Amino acid sequence: MRKALLWGVLVLALVALPPVAQALGQGFYVDLVRRIMIFAIAAVSLNLILGYGGMVSFGHAAYLGVGGYAVAIFAFYGVNSGPLQWAVAIGASALVALAIGAVSIRTSGLYFIMITLAFTQMLYYLGISIEEYGGDDGIRLKARSEFPLVDLNDGLQFYYVVLALLLGSVYLVHRIVNSRFGMALRASKSNEARALAIGFSPYRYRLTAFVIAGAMGGLAGALLVNQVNFLTPEYMHWTRSGEIMFMVILGGMGTSAGPVLGSFALLLLEDILANWRDPRWIGEHWQVILGPLLVLAVIFFRRGLAGIFQKSHD
Amino acid sequence: MTFALVFEQLLNGVQLGVMLFLLAAGLTLVLGIMNMVNLAHGSLYMVGAYFAISVSQWSGSYLLGVAAALAGTLVAGMLVEVVALRTLYQRNHLDQVLATFGLILFFNELMAILFGRSALFASLPSYLQGHIELFAGIRYPVYRAVVIGVGLSVAILLWYVVTRTRLGMLIRAGASNRTMVAALGVNIRLLYTVVFGFGAALAGLAGLMAGQIYTVQPGMGELILIQVFVVIVIGGIGSIRGALVGALIVGVVDTMGRAFLKPVLGSFLPTVAADTAAPALASMLIYILMALVLALRPAGLFQARG
Repeated sequence: MRKALLWGVLVLALVALPPVAQALGQGFYVDLVRRIMIFAIAAVSLNLILGYGGMVSFGHAAYLGVGGYAVAIFAFYGVNSGPLQWAVAIGASALVALAIGAVSIRTSGLYFIMITLAFTQMLYYLGISIEEYGGDDGIRLKARSEFPLVDLNDGLQFYYVVLALLLGSVYLVHRIVNSRFGMALRASKSNEARALAIGFSPYRYRLTAFVIAGAMGGLAGALLVNQVNFLTPEYMHWTRSGEIMFMVILGGMGTSAGPVLGSFALLLLEDILANWRDPRWIGEHWQVILGPLLVLAVIFFRRGLAGIFQKSHD
Repeated sequence: MTFALVFEQLLNGVQLGVMLFLLAAGLTLVLGIMNMVNLAHGSLYMVGAYFAISVSQWSGSYLLGVAAALAGTLVAGMLVEVVALRTLYQRNHLDQVLATFGLILFFNELMAILFGRSALFASLPSYLQGHIELFAGIRYPVYRAVVIGVGLSVAILLWYVVTRTRLGMLIRAGASNRTMVAALGVNIRLLYTVVFGFGAALAGLAGLMAGQIYTVQPGMGELILIQVFVVIVIGGIGSIRGALVGALIVGVVDTMGRAFLKPVLGSFLPTVAADTAAPALASMLIYILMALVLALRPAGLFQARG
């Protein structure tokens, strides 16, 4: 019941935000929340493999980058068809996830963390070295993706598209996790030996989940490049991967609301710190505050925000 | 492509390998013994570089800067261990990754506050400038040769300490069975702090030597740290020997790739294609190598026992 209530409040607040913000003359918040929701989609997809699959992927920013590049490269050549751009963004991210997953899921634990990090770094350097598409400096998105019915240049329409996609992602992950497939995925997280003994190989389930998460990450990337109208290799920077992981953990991994709450918590906190004006040095050097806060959160706040709304199982 | 050029680049590769080894050795010890993944290891490398630059500029003595960097990172490492990391040994790797990620943000920004964001360059004392003639016609910078010498000496020293001394015996024992070692009356917490401190000092050593070769700026630690991860994945977690072999392989492959991929590709591809493909491929080379090693040996070349 509490869960349904939480979702009700959350969805209502997100639907009501743009008119309220504009009535108050704070249209800026529409832009901010849209950005947060895009990252929330990435966090929701990471939660599928991290929270339910037990795969600590330190490279989820890779798919933001692949999705972003897919859209930006099409736009670079003057192809602005949204369905085409986004389909390629999702497909290409799924393929990259298949390649990275096929190698890294053979390993586990520390190796898995380091390998996913290393492959993402590889893509980051690849992005830097391709001068054609801006290299280090990045590339400007000349026009946003074009769709038949909606206009992404309209901030409000774009907002509701992102909101719908976010809710769709949450629902999709919820369905996946509670399906037969999801049962097998969760079983191989909690006890791999038993999963093997029952007679299924965790590898295929993990890899499939990894590819699905990658594809959703690619969608987030396609949205993000439309949001900021600019693409740089920084999309794939390793700190991005770390941030997305933090969103999942702060919100509470392995819960459906967790990644969404975590994205809001982390990005709002960053926004507040970065705009701090008194004293001024906090705004300039906000990471020196954020870093220790994150360390404290890991040490003392283990169940995440969603844990507050759930009955304790301990 | 003359022989002299190839030989010089090969030495540069070894020099990069040696730096990677200094970082990988400390990281792999901490990983192998405490089962702790420490992303902030690169931050200690950065702290070492800043210590060396600022103290040698302030005092005018290069050697004083070296001493300050070693002592400073040793103390900084032990402090970080006692204040933050000690509570994380019992946690899973995910928590360790996240907490040390927070530490990285802190350290990078702290250095930006203290020294600014722009890159610093360290100068060399006169006796480390110039070139030496290795053999007929092949000259090599003195400083890089010294870096290689220092790195290889540290490798030998580490091998000696780990395999031939009482401290090394305790370290190996602690790696295979922590509870048993503690039951035998060894202060394992202190041992961990000491090992962590020495790992930090090795990172500091790499950092203080890096100042004259690469640029010193916030975030420099993570660029090299991810390469160090590749080294450890290739060499095998917890193995010092693996770290050395992996570091040399990665250093040489990376350097040679950047230097010679373009002419090699250009010999059979059109120039334009080679010019675009070579830099991209060169920067991906060590990761492709890592994927190959993993496909053949998922636990690295030298899997440590236990």
